[in-house]
Amino acid sequence: MIEVKNLTKYYGDHKAVDHLSFSIQDGTVCGFLGPNGAGKSTTMNMMTGCLSATEGSISICGFDIFEHPLEAKRMIGYLPEQPPLYFEETPREYLRFVAEAKKLPRESIREEIERILAETQIQDVADRLIKNLSKGYKQRVGIAQTLLGNPKVIILDEPTVGLDPLQVVEIRDLIKSLGKKHTVILSSHILSEVQNMCDEILIISKGSLIAYDTAENLEKRMLPKTSIELLTDADRTESEKVFKDLEGIDRTEYAEEENGLLRILIETTPQQEFSARKVLSRRFAKVNRAILKMDLVKANLEEIFLELTSAEEEATGEEEEV
Amino acid sequence: MTAVFRHEVRLFFSGLTAYVYGAFLLIFVGLYMMYYNLTAGYANFELALAGASFSFIITIPIITMRIIAEEKKQKTDQLLYSLPISTTQIVVGKFLAVFLTSALPMCLVVFYPLLLKNYGNLYLPTSYGAMFGYLLTAAALLSMGVFLSSITESQPMAAGICFAVMVLNYYMVTLAEYAASSAFGSLAALIVIEVLLAAVIKHMTRNAVLSEIFGAAAAAATVLLYLYKTEWFEGLFPKILENLSVYERFYEFVDGIFDYTHVVYFLSVIVFFLFLTVQSLEKRRYN
Repeated sequence: MIEVKNLTKYYGDHKAVDHLSFSIQDGTVCGFLGPNGAGKSTTMNMMTGCLSATEGSISICGFDIFEHPLEAKRMIGYLPEQPPLYFEETPREYLRFVAEAKKLPRESIREEIERILAETQIQDVADRLIKNLSKGYKQRVGIAQTLLGNPKVIILDEPTVGLDPLQVVEIRDLIKSLGKKHTVILSSHILSEVQNMCDEILIISKGSLIAYDTAENLEKRMLPKTSIELLTDADRTESEKVFKDLEGIDRTEYAEEENGLLRILIETTPQQEFSARKVLSRRFAKVNRAILKMDLVKANLEEIFLELTSAEEEATGEEEEV
Repeated sequence: MTAVFRHEVRLFFSGLTAYVYGAFLLIFVGLYMMYYNLTAGYANFELALAGASFSFIITIPIITMRIIAEEKKQKTDQLLYSLPISTTQIVVGKFLAVFLTSALPMCLVVFYPLLLKNYGNLYLPTSYGAMFGYLLTAAALLSMGVFLSSITESQPMAAGICFAVMVLNYYMVTLAEYAASSAFGSLAALIVIEVLLAAVIKHMTRNAVLSEIFGAAAAAATVLLYLYKTEWFEGLFPKILENLSVYERFYEFVDGIFDYTHVVYFLSVIVFFLFLTVQSLEKRRYN
C-alpha cells in the first residue's frame, strides 16, 4: 500500500507538484497520466527517494520514504525515464552490482539474476556490453534491475518512450505480467497505453490531481453520452418513422452516403444504449430494411483527458482574471 | 558500500583508466629513481618519490574526473539514490575504490628500495615512511578530485578544474613567497579570499543573504583583528598557505620526519572533502 499525502514540490518559485494526495492498494497496476511537464516524473522521483519534497509525506508499505529511506527503498524497484545503465558493463555485471547494493543474500544472487534474465527475456544478450544493445533491450535491462530482490512496488517512468511499435508491445506485455505479482506504477502521456495496461488511472495536470479512478469508471463518469452509429438502406423518412417515440434517444443526425445508404448517428446514454440497439434492429427489420452496420461509439480516454485538463485550465484562467 | 566499491574498481579495470594511471605513476617514479638514485647516486629513495609527486598534477584529474560527473551525465545517479544505500556509503565506497586503484601500482614500487639496498647503503625506514606519506598525499588529493567531480556533470570540466587545483596545490608555497608578507598585504589577501569564499557559497546555496552576511562578518572580523593586533598579520598569509599545503606536509615525510600531526592533517583533509562531496550529492536532491 502506498500513501501519498499533501505532496508538494517547488523548484525555486515554480510549483511542480501541488498538494497531491492519493493511495494505491497492493496488487494494482496504476497509471500516472498527464501531459509533459505535469509533474509525473517529479512525483515518482519523490516516491523513490531521489528527490526531496517541499511538503507532505510518502509512505511505502508503512515506511516513510523521508524518515526511513533505507527500509522504504527496499520495497521499491525504480526505473527512471532514462534507464540508469552503465554502458561499459554487461547486463549480468550490472545486475550483480544492483543485487549487491540491494543487499541480497550473497548465495542467492546468481540464481536471482538468472531468474530475472529469464523473466525479462534478456538471457541472449546477458554477456554483451550494454552500450551495444538496442533501445528495447536497454529498457528490458532497466526493468530487470527493478525486479531484483522481488520488491513489492515497481515504479516505471515512461517505460515505452522511444521504442519501436513492436518493442512497445513487448514491453507492455512484460509490464502486464509484472502486474500479477507486484504493485506497478507507471507513467505515460499516451492514453491508449494507460487504458490498455492499468487497473487504475491517476490524471495529473500542472502538479495537481485531477482524477483518480478505474478506467471504466472514468469513462462512465466523465462522458454521460454514448453514441450509436448506424448504416442502413432505409431512406430518411422511413428512418424517422422508426425513430418515432423511441425511448432514450436524445438526438439523431442523418447523412446520405454516396452509395445511397443512410448513415445515422444516434446520441443516447450508457444506461439506455443496450435496449436502444435491440429495439432499433427489430424495428428496422419490421419495415423490411437492413442494418448494414451498427457501431457503438464509446467515449475514449483521450476526450476525457482533454476535457478534464481543459476544464482545469479554464478554472485557473478564471481565477487569474479575478 | 562494498557493492559501490567493487563496482567502481571493476569499472576502473574494465576501462583504460587504471592502466593509464598505473603506467604514469610507474614511469614517473622510475624516471626519478633513475635520475636521483642510479645516475646521481643519492642513497635516498625518498627523493625519487618527492620528484614523482609532481605527477599528481596529471594523474589525479585522470583518475577522479569520471567518478561522479559521469554518473550525473548518464543519469545513473538516480539509480544510486533509489537504492537502499546512504549517500555517505556511496561516496566512501567510491573514494576507497579510487584510492585502491591509485595505490595498486605502489605494490611494485614497494620493491624498489629493497632492490636499491642491494647496491648501496639505503636507510629503509625513511624510504617506507616517505612511501606512506606519498600514499596519504595521494589520498588527500584524490578526495579533492572526487569532490570536484561531484560539482559538475562534465568529465572534461571536472578534469580541468581538478588540474587547476592540483597545480595550485603544488605551487602554493612557491607562490606564497611572492605574496605580500607585510601586515597590510596579508589583510588584503585574506579579505579577497573571504569575498571569493562568499561568492562560492552564494553559487552553491543560491542564497544571497546568507553569503553576504558570511562575507561581511568574516571581513569585519578580519579588519577588527587587524586593528587590534596588527603584528599578528606580519607574514600571516604566506604562513597560512604553507600550513594548508598538502605538499609541504609530504616533504616533511621526505625529510625523514614521521609526525603524527601530519597524519591527522591528511585524514582531516580527506574527511573534509568527502563530507563536502556528500553534501554536494545531497544538494541535488534538494534543488
